[in-house]
Amino acid sequence: MIEVEGVTHRLGDRAVLDDVSVVLGERRIAIVGANGSGKSTFARLLNGLVEPDAGRVVVDGRDTVSDGAAVRRHVGFVFTNPDAQIVMPTVAEDVGLSLRRSRMDKDQIRQRVAEALAAVGLTGFDDRPSHLLSGGEKQLLALAGVLVARPDVLVCDEPTTLLDLRNTQRVMAILSGLDQQVVMITHDLDVLALFDRVLVFEAGRIVADAGPAEAVAAYRALVG
Amino acid sequence: MLHRLPAGAKLLTLAVLLSALIIAASPTAVVIGAAVTGAGYAVARVGWRVMLAQVWPLRWFAGVLMALQWWLSGLEQAVVTVGGLVVAVALAGLVTVTTRVTAMTAAFATGLRPLTVFGVDPQRVALMMALGIRAVPVVGGLAAEVREAHRARGLRLDPRTYGVPLVVRTLRQADAVGEALAARGLDD
Repeated sequence: MIEVEGVTHRLGDRAVLDDVSVVLGERRIAIVGANGSGKSTFARLLNGLVEPDAGRVVVDGRDTVSDGAAVRRHVGFVFTNPDAQIVMPTVAEDVGLSLRRSRMDKDQIRQRVAEALAAVGLTGFDDRPSHLLSGGEKQLLALAGVLVARPDVLVCDEPTTLLDLRNTQRVMAILSGLDQQVVMITHDLDVLALFDRVLVFEAGRIVADAGPAEAVAAYRALVG
Repeated sequence: MLHRLPAGAKLLTLAVLLSALIIAASPTAVVIGAAVTGAGYAVARVGWRVMLAQVWPLRWFAGVLMALQWWLSGLEQAVVTVGGLVVAVALAGLVTVTTRVTAMTAAFATGLRPLTVFGVDPQRVALMMALGIRAVPVVGGLAAEVREAHRARGLRLDPRTYGVPLVVRTLRQADAVGEALAARGLDD
């Protein structure tokens, strides 16, 4: 359960998020909105990458400011550009990096890495240089790097924006099959049918909060 | 066989061989070093193309250095300096291509463990090393993007229009990597 209570976040004089309150309990939640509407800032609040100037965010009882490190272990984050997320030279090393703070031994880590790579269809990619993967493979690797830590919540900031149709479908199929709660920002209105709830952001506020069909209609009306 | 040797043993051997090369400082030592290096690549079965790839980026620098040393100190000194440099890079390359980065960084972390009494965190140093290694192709890619952007717009490369966007992009990339590490709970 994610509770966002009266959150405001400012960049200089501009309120990127303006007194936003919402409780997110559904398994599949999508966020749509124009560029600059506050979606990405909202997503970053959920695992403590961004701290609110006012209000608070609580994830399963943990405050993202006072208990930020625990929240980040609990809430995985997938970025739009996998090149920013992949930090190690080879595929297995990058996935294993997420378990660096765990107390697992090498065999346990190897097993968990293999499972995570299998979950995203990258079995056998262990020793490949991560920078030589295709864009789609990089995003799958980024996803494996998050899933290996077995987070309870997955926040995805436009994970399919840079992908072609085939890779978009691969990523969406993986996300749809996860047991975890997924909160995903997207500009792809076609995938919204897979979600239980859709939030529409505009100028730092939630202007629509409904099921996919109603939310899409509200978003289309908003952009004219 | 070399692939299976412990990273620490390979790094230690590398340090010993390079020290011997520097101390001996003779054409004979360079020839022996080259023979040992060639044998190492043969034993590791990584092929001469891989060996050439390790030293090829040095060609311009080595050429200029060879000419300069020959002119200033004579042919023998030029062979010792440039030959030693090429052998050293090829040897280091052999260790790199036969050792996983995690094994190498783990070996460094082990070697740095005595420094914990001075407040050094060996795991943090090892992670920094791995990030540094990963940064090489990333920055290379950013540089290629800037060059392509120049070509696409019909511009000639000059230090200002090439260097400034490259530095800006590199700093942005560093910010993004920092954020990604924080997102994965590795910010403490």
